[in-house]
Amino acid sequence: MTTTPLRTDDMAPAPAPARDPKGDHLRLAGSAAGEIEAEGVYAWFGSRLVLENVTLTMERSKVTALIGPSGCGKSTFLRILNRMHEVVPGAQLAGTVGLNGVDIYGSGQRAMDTRRHIGMVFQKPNPFPAMTIQENVLAGLKFSRSQAKHRDDLVEEMLTKAGLWNEVKDRLGSLGGALSGGQQQRLCIARSLAVRPSVLLMDEPCSALDPTSTLRIEKTIQDIAGEVTVVIVTHNMQQAQRVSDFCAFFLAEENKPGRVVEAGPTELMFGNPADPRTADYVNGQFG
Amino acid sequence: MTSTIDRGLADGASPIGAPVPTPIVVNSEVSQPDKIYRLTAKTAGFGVLALLFLIGLFLVIGGWPAFKVAGLGFFTHSGFQTQGANPVFGVLASLVGTVEVATVAMLVGGPVAIGTALFLSEYAPRWSRRTLIALVDLAAAIPSIIYGLWAIFELQPNVVGFSTWLSRHVAFIPFFTVTSPPLNASIFIAGLVVGLMIVPIVASISREVFSLAPPGEREAALALGASRWQMIRTVVLPFGRGGMIGAIMLGLGRALEETIAVTIILGGSFSFGIHILQHGGTTISQMIASNFGSGGQLGNHVLLLAGFVLFILTMVINLAASAIVNRSRSGAGTDL
Ligand SMILES: Nc1ncnc2c1ncn2[C@@H]1O[C@H](COP(=O)(O)OP(=O)(O)O)[C@@H](O)[C@H]1O
Ligand SMILES: [Mg+2]
Repeated sequence: MTTTPLRTDDMAPAPAPARDPKGDHLRLAGSAAGEIEAEGVYAWFGSRLVLENVTLTMERSKVTALIGPSGCGKSTFLRILNRMHEVVPGAQLAGTVGLNGVDIYGSGQRAMDTRRHIGMVFQKPNPFPAMTIQENVLAGLKFSRSQAKHRDDLVEEMLTKAGLWNEVKDRLGSLGGALSGGQQQRLCIARSLAVRPSVLLMDEPCSALDPTSTLRIEKTIQDIAGEVTVVIVTHNMQQAQRVSDFCAFFLAEENKPGRVVEAGPTELMFGNPADPRTADYVNGQFG
Repeated sequence: MTSTIDRGLADGASPIGAPVPTPIVVNSEVSQPDKIYRLTAKTAGFGVLALLFLIGLFLVIGGWPAFKVAGLGFFTHSGFQTQGANPVFGVLASLVGTVEVATVAMLVGGPVAIGTALFLSEYAPRWSRRTLIALVDLAAAIPSIIYGLWAIFELQPNVVGFSTWLSRHVAFIPFFTVTSPPLNASIFIAGLVVGLMIVPIVASISREVFSLAPPGEREAALALGASRWQMIRTVVLPFGRGGMIGAIMLGLGRALEETIAVTIILGGSFSFGIHILQHGGTTISQMIASNFGSGGQLGNHVLLLAGFVLFILTMVINLAASAIVNRSRSGAGTDL
C-alpha cells in the first residue's frame, strides 16, 4: 500500500488558507443539486484498512444506490462524502472527494460547511427528542445562523416534501420524540432538506421502518431527486431498483477491505451485470 | 393462571347493536422472586425514610430545651453564650454565613466543574482523557483538611490581593464593600476553598452524564453543520441538565456541611453581614464543631437545635432541586 492516510482532525481549528489558489471555497449557495466525485478513496479504522481505492461519481440530480453485503464499507464510504468519517476516533482516510469540482478535504475547507451542503439521514431516526417538530425542521438553520424569513412556509414546504405535513400540521408544537419511527425518519429528512443541501446522503433510511413508511420515504426520494442529488445505502434490492438511477456494488472479500466491484446504471446492474459476483448478489445468491 | 384476554374491539368501535364490553380484569400474578425483590426494595426505601425521620426527630428532641429558652429569638440572635443567668445564643450569623459560603462555593465551583467536565468528555484529546479523568477522581479523594491547610498557607495570601482589588473596583455591589479590614479569614475565601473542593465530585458526575448523551443525536447535529459547541449546546447540555443539577446539589450538600476547611480559615466570630470580603463570619457546621462540649448542658441543646436548622436547610434545597430536574433531553430549552 503506497497511499498514506490523510490526517483529519475535527478538533483542530481549520487552518486559515494562507492563499487560496482559485478561491475554491464551497460556493454552492442556493438549492442546485451537486455532483460528487470520489477518487481513490481509502479508509482506515485505527490501523485496519476497510475501504480500498474507491472511485465513484454520483451524478447531479440522480439517485445513486450503494449496495453490497454488511460490513463491506458502504456506510464508511457514505460518511466520507460529508466528512462524518472523521468524527469517529481513530478514523483516517485517503483520496479526494469533489463536490462540483471542489475538494471537500482541501486545505481551508471546513467540515461544518461541507456538511451544510451535503446532508445526511441516518439508519436510526435521530430527531432531537425534546425539540418540537417545528424546531427540529429549523435546527439546521439555527446552526448556520441563517435568518429564514418565512419560517412557517419553510416548515410546511419541507414537511410536505418529506411527506409528513398532513400527519403533523395540527401539532407542529409537539415534541419530535413523540412521533412514530417512520414519522421521525421523515422528520429527519425534512430537517436535512431545510438547509437546502446540494446532496442528501441516506444510510439505510428505511431499515428500521414498517413497509408503509418505507414506501412513503421512497416516494419522497423520487420527489426530491430533481433538486438534490441522492446517495442511498440499501440492503433491499427491490428498493434499489425502485428508487435509483445508478448503482454501485461494494464487496469485501474475506479479511480484505471493501472495494467497488461494479457500478453503472441500475437497469444494467440488475439486468445485465458485467461481473458474476454482482449477478449473484442482485439475484440474492449471497450477502 | 386463569386470565382470559378479551380480544374485543379496540377503541370501543363496536358494530351497531353490539354492546360495548367492559374491560376485563387481567390477572397478573407476581412470581416468588419478584415478591422477594419488591419486599426488599420496599423495606430499604422505607428504611431510609425512617432513618431520615428519626434523625430529624432526634435533633428536634435534643434541641427543644434550647428553643424553650430562646424561642424564635434563636433565629434573630447570634452567639453561643450559654452559661450564667442571662444566656445569649442564636443561629442567625451562622445561618447567613452558611448560605454565603455555599453561594460563593457554587458560583465558583459550579462553572469550573461543568467546564472541566465538558473538557474531559468533549474536548480533551483521546490519549490524555483517561489520565485526566483519573486525576480528577483522585482530587475528589483529597481530605478536606488538606484543602484547608493549603488554603490557609497558599491560597489565602494570594487571594487577599484579589479581594482588595474587588473591594476597590466592584464595591458598588454591596457584597464587595468593606467596612473593616483586614481581608483575610473571610467568608469569600472560605467559599472559594469549598468551591474548589467540590469541583472534582461535580465534574466527575457531570462528565459521566455528558458522556451518555445519545451518539445518534450528536451525529445528527454535526451532520446538520453544527460546530462542536453548537452540538454541545443542542444535545449534550440539555441531555445532561438533570445530572448536572444533581451533581451540583451533591456538591452543595458538601459545601453546606463542610467543617474542617471552613474552621481553619474562618475565625468563628459571630459577626455577620453581607460584606463577604472582610474578616469574620461563621457557619453552622463551624459553630457546632468549634463549640461542642464547651457550653454545658444548654450548650449541647443549642448545638442540636442548630443542627436541626442545617438539616432542614439541606432538605429544602434538595426538594427544590428535584423539582428543577425535569426534561433533560436533547434540544430541551435550547436557544442557540
Ligand atoms: N467505528 C468503527 N470502528 C471500527 N471499525 C468500524 C467502525 N465502523 C465500521 N467499522 C468496520 O468497517 C467495516 C465497514 O463497515 P461499514 O462501513 O459500517 O459497512 P456497511 O455499512 O457496508 O455494513 C466493517 O468491517 C466494520 O467492522
Ligand atoms: Mg452500514
